[in-house]
Amino acid sequence: MTLALVLGALLALGAVVFVARPFLREPAPPSDRLDEPGELERRRLELVEERDRALAALKELEFDHRTGKVTDTDYREQIGPLRRRAAAALRALEPRAEARHERIASRR
Amino acid sequence: MAPLGRAALLLSFGLVVYALVAGSLAAWQRKRRLAVSAQNALIASLGSTIVAAGVLWAALARSDFSFAYVADHISRHVPLGYRLSAFWGGQEGSLLLWLLILSGYAALAVWLNRRTRELIAWVVPVLAGVATFFTFMLCFVSSPFDVQPAPADGAGMVPSLQNPYMLAHPPLLYLGYVGLTIPFAFAMGALLAKRTDERWIVLTRRWTLSAWTFLGVGQLLGAHWAYVEIGWGGYYAWDPVENAALMPWLAATAFLHSVMIQEKRGMLKVWNMVLVGLAFLLSLFGTFLTRSGVINSIHSFSQSPIGGWFLGFIVICTVFTVGLIYLRLPLLRARTRLESLVSREATFLYNNLLLVAFCLTILWGVMYPLLSQAVKGEARSVSKPYYNFFLHSFGLPLLLLMGIGPLVAWRRASVRALGKTFLVPLAAAVVTGGVLIGAGFGSSLPGLLAYTFAAFVGASILLEFWRGTRAAGSLVRLVSRNRRRYGGYLVHAAVLMLAIGIAGSSAYQTVRERGLQPGQSLEIAGYSLTYESIGATKGANSVNTRAVVDVTRGGSHLATLHPGKNFYPVAPGGPQTSNEVSIYHDPRSLGDVFVIADQIDKNGTLYLKALVKPLVNLIWAAGFLFVFGSLVALWPDAVEQRRLAERYAAVPA
Repeated sequence: MTLALVLGALLALGAVVFVARPFLREPAPPSDRLDEPGELERRRLELVEERDRALAALKELEFDHRTGKVTDTDYREQIGPLRRRAAAALRALEPRAEARHERIASRR
Repeated sequence: MAPLGRAALLLSFGLVVYALVAGSLAAWQRKRRLAVSAQNALIASLGSTIVAAGVLWAALARSDFSFAYVADHISRHVPLGYRLSAFWGGQEGSLLLWLLILSGYAALAVWLNRRTRELIAWVVPVLAGVATFFTFMLCFVSSPFDVQPAPADGAGMVPSLQNPYMLAHPPLLYLGYVGLTIPFAFAMGALLAKRTDERWIVLTRRWTLSAWTFLGVGQLLGAHWAYVEIGWGGYYAWDPVENAALMPWLAATAFLHSVMIQEKRGMLKVWNMVLVGLAFLLSLFGTFLTRSGVINSIHSFSQSPIGGWFLGFIVICTVFTVGLIYLRLPLLRARTRLESLVSREATFLYNNLLLVAFCLTILWGVMYPLLSQAVKGEARSVSKPYYNFFLHSFGLPLLLLMGIGPLVAWRRASVRALGKTFLVPLAAAVVTGGVLIGAGFGSSLPGLLAYTFAAFVGASILLEFWRGTRAAGSLVRLVSRNRRRYGGYLVHAAVLMLAIGIAGSSAYQTVRERGLQPGQSLEIAGYSLTYESIGATKGANSVNTRAVVDVTRGGSHLATLHPGKNFYPVAPGGPQTSNEVSIYHDPRSLGDVFVIADQIDKNGTLYLKALVKPLVNLIWAAGFLFVFGSLVALWPDAVEQRRLAERYAAVPA
């Protein structure tokens, strides 16, 4: 019984110290705010996911074409829109590049 | 040491309640140190739960009958391995196993994802909420640490639990059941944090696949246990508790497929939330069924006080899940649509509908006795034909879809392309069907359809590997660059083997029974079983009677079998007798000669029941391929890891 009590107390003490550790190590941190993505960061993440999906779709189409699941005609029909989607996703992630592209286009 | 066990559980309770309250507050008010403190509390609860589990295991190992749990579930003569397995042989112990696994998973998930602070801050209270329920049950409702004046011996162990499979089957099932809590917690955490990106899917991909694999292997081991131990000649009886493990597995299977559509096309976000919630809720429901005793089952324990608590918790979780998904619906709307009903994603959708429909019909079958009791005052249960009907109605199309899916391109497929890719699998199916009908296997339509569809699926999988290898240059390069896809195909091949084994052993099995005197024989499906003699030996805690039966075919001796019965003088509820079957595995037919000593008379007459089950061993072999395929899919892909790391590097999670 005594041994059980001692072991239980030690266990509880260890747990309490471990739980309190963030406060013991940083009694007064410069900032106690949890990181949180802002609206811009969330939008950027959406765009990155969209870019990855578009690139993966291109890769899938290439592979399906090579393995015969997509015929040459279907491949030619589908590759254009997918490339444009991937390019749009890439452009959206590079606002400065997009602005430059628009400037060049307007000069023409 | 019971007070130490109780103290450790109380400490776990305190820690997870703290993690729930402080974690919610921290996530709500964006307090970083409080959030880390809540995470630490959840991790620390693993330590105290390990101590509690250690106390119970030590008591079982020492046969300390001052623990009521130990006295109720073992006796002195039960071998050590089975004494330790009694940990999950009873209600209180299995609740502790749930908590132990949950604490381990939660600690690992929190530790691995500690840098994804914004998301994990919301995941912690969800995990802690589930852990709070289980620690509450163990501390205040159903404690494994109740003590009593120690009796001279315990009540003994149920004979059917004294089987090596019992050392692995329940823990594996629990690793699966409990593992589904992790994707659920991350999904709910993402909704609480108003995150609409796919981070939670990326973080839980391996958790879901691991839980699903454990659940699958656990069920297969359970089926094998039933096959070799229960002694009725089958491996799955649509028992409510067997169904309870199958349902979350089906829901998780649907989720594993539909989540790919979200990753590739950004669609089905609501559906995926529903599926991940359904899989978790069904895993809770499975535990409720096993532990409450509300439905008669060979697995259930007697009526217990935990049923109402479990039901209440399931209702709370359901309301929480549905309410949260409803509140976040505007964030979950997809921006893309299905381009064609003939596309890979469409076949995944059909597969999802069939899997969920099958899951819900099983749920209806399981719930029917409870509902009929509540409505008509009389508990009526549905039987094998009900389940078999839906197995054929949903299972056969699912089998076929498994072959169609890989042949269809993403987004849309033209008739031209389909004609080209379907040619070989269709030819394989037609030839197989024709040959089977010609060979006289048309007696069972479901069996015939299963084999015809299996030929289609098998050809489709082989074709995928062959075409992929040609395109990639080598098989190793192909698989290493597309682990999830080709690991998935290996799992499909395992399911195919399973389907062939089930169809062969059920649709084409032969059964014979007869009373025999020594020297007499029973003829079955070309085998001759000759009863030679009978004898008894003394086991560790039983008296074992065994007949000697020679198996011959065409005059050649194949094996000597020893079917019989074990008599356990000390067992819960009084002395018990178990059927001990004996099996000859025929390497030529991949089937079994399954022999049961149905009755042994004092005058030496043996009532022998024999079953010949063609291809049944494919079911067990499928388990190895299933695990291998899952491992291939689970294996980390360095290129993908780098891509994902880059994706999330700049955004706080």
